[in-house]
Amino acid sequence: MKAQGKFISRSALSAWLAELSARFQVWAPRREGLAAPSSAGAVVYRPFDPAQGSDPELDKKPTESAKRVLFPRSEALLNFQRGAGRDSLSLEVPPSPGPTLIFGMTPCDAKGFLVFDPVYDGSGTKGSAKDVYYLRRRAETLLIARACAKTLSTCFCHWLGGSPYSGQGADILALEAGREGFVLEAITPEGASLLDSSTLQSAGADMLEAAEQGRAAAQASLPPAPDIAGAPEALRALFDDAAFWRDEAAHCLSCGACTYLCPTCYCFNVTDEHMGMKGTRLRSWDACMAPLFTLEASGHNPRPDKAARLKNRIGHKFSYYPSLHERHFACVGCGRCIKSCPSGVDIRRIVTDSLRQTTGAAKPAPAAKEKRHA
Amino acid sequence: MSTQEELKQIILKVLPEVECVIGWGPGPDPLRASPCFMRAAPDVDSFVAGPLAAANTALFLPEYKGKKVALVVKGCDSRSVVQLISENLIKRDEVIIIGFPCAGVLDENKVAARLAPYGEAGEVGQVQFGASELKVSLAGQELSLPLADVLADKCGRCKYPGAVLSDHFVGDAPTAPPHQDDFKDLAELENMPLEERFRFWEKEMSRCIRCYACRNACPLCVCRDHCVASSREPRWLSQSDGVRDKLMFQVVHAVHLAGRCTGCGECQRACPVHIPVLLLKRALGRAVGQLFGHAAGLDANAAPPLLTFQMEENNIKEREW
Repeated sequence: MKAQGKFISRSALSAWLAELSARFQVWAPRREGLAAPSSAGAVVYRPFDPAQGSDPELDKKPTESAKRVLFPRSEALLNFQRGAGRDSLSLEVPPSPGPTLIFGMTPCDAKGFLVFDPVYDGSGTKGSAKDVYYLRRRAETLLIARACAKTLSTCFCHWLGGSPYSGQGADILALEAGREGFVLEAITPEGASLLDSSTLQSAGADMLEAAEQGRAAAQASLPPAPDIAGAPEALRALFDDAAFWRDEAAHCLSCGACTYLCPTCYCFNVTDEHMGMKGTRLRSWDACMAPLFTLEASGHNPRPDKAARLKNRIGHKFSYYPSLHERHFACVGCGRCIKSCPSGVDIRRIVTDSLRQTTGAAKPAPAAKEKRHA
Repeated sequence: MSTQEELKQIILKVLPEVECVIGWGPGPDPLRASPCFMRAAPDVDSFVAGPLAAANTALFLPEYKGKKVALVVKGCDSRSVVQLISENLIKRDEVIIIGFPCAGVLDENKVAARLAPYGEAGEVGQVQFGASELKVSLAGQELSLPLADVLADKCGRCKYPGAVLSDHFVGDAPTAPPHQDDFKDLAELENMPLEERFRFWEKEMSRCIRCYACRNACPLCVCRDHCVASSREPRWLSQSDGVRDKLMFQVVHAVHLAGRCTGCGECQRACPVHIPVLLLKRALGRAVGQLFGHAAGLDANAAPPLLTFQMEENNIKEREW
């Protein structure tokens, strides 16, 4: 689709976000961690403060994904208080945060919520289990993605059917038009209604042209993508190949940086925390990389080591989720797990290794396997 | 023969004796090398040593307890090995230590800061090292950065660029560089009024995503699967998303490491959101140095002062209180 729509200059951006802040709680990426002069800092999502009006960071790829807005790191599911009587218990469900808008997320992050949806909207359980906390936030939140004018060596959205200029999952796509500003393209009717603002100009032909050039350049910057359609079967075939997983996980630290920065990792734990008669039921992020994730009450842990945990992370994204959800991968190729891994674990390599290990001969000859893991 | 080639020869020599040799190989992007586990001769081809080899190879040793492994170490890595041995967390006769003269490693965050006017560090295509410069290609531009500007801070205060303990050493043992640790980074923080210092930590810790990369990247953090951070009973830390509990964990980590931390800086390098958590460990390390005259990771027979006691401490005059 050729870009058409509104235009916002970089200098007017804060004013527009301030205007939107009257109707929404606006979140935007901000660069922080610059205390040391030699630090490039990290780009994290923060509530936009209209009083401060500082410009969002739109040039550097956000370090974390925007998932925390719809799926907070930790949220109170309910507050409880026991009374004097045996059966006296009062429960209170915290109110929803209300209309919310995420501005300046990457296209891969917007697409990430499409991976969340079938898990939380009940479609995976034929409607029997709906996550009301996620769904009410989802219904109240609009997403403005900004197309990626450049791609990083860790980006691989195109392996998963995405693109640096995709509006999939977003309500509005902002396309960089040179350094002047952004062409705003409505994707959904809700997005279109936001563009009805006097702060925005109509996009001129030159702006649309500049946006189109950016689209072509970003697309061309990505190297050819391998065909990974066979990953679900390859990973299933390797499920019991302990040597394969030992080698792939050898340098993994078993920390949660990959899962917590990931726009599609949606796992959580629930903890009741109380002091005396009062308490809170908390839902907080959890990661299959952590030992507690599968620790059973008996003390037995079916995933006793980091190889078993990494196998689950890769298997979930590229085999188990696709088998439940029409062969869609639970990965959008943002590359954060690669870029921010302290040890340089590369999810792309594990997937392609799994295909190489199994393609041609579903069961690799024992001699060849012996050699690889000698 | 270059140091790297000489190291490869030694790795090939020790390979038959060990489960694997831990070193570094190509990372997922050109500015990084990853820890690599060499098990067969062909694995050694892609071994790299040099400024990209930032990861501490000693981290993995406790996982291999009971098996014999070899590892290639920078000076700082070797101190972690010594500390692990001194605490009986690994056995001396189960590791073969291969040292080389380290000239410092890159700090990716500093590289990213220097490249910021030209683009993102993640766009870098080619990387080359000169004697005192880092050359990179980024979005069609050829850029040169002075190496001194992009090496890790710890390298600027390193007193042990060669291994403090090794079975094989490649090249000439480096003469001690004139580096001194002036604790300037701590002084800057300590010069802040207490209120301001608290706000600094509040702001920094508010980015924490509780991934515990800091903990898992620490070679001396050995509770691993039994950490206070995940324990629910007893509840040491709340699972709520508050700065208080995040900072509490950092304090627990730092106190556990007092007198044990060698300052390798892996906790800070691992932090995906760049929280300067090493400062806390450095503050306690300095205090232990002043009180007990102890520096971690230099003597495999020394006990960390907080894991032992003396009836009369030299610098703590209890009787005079």
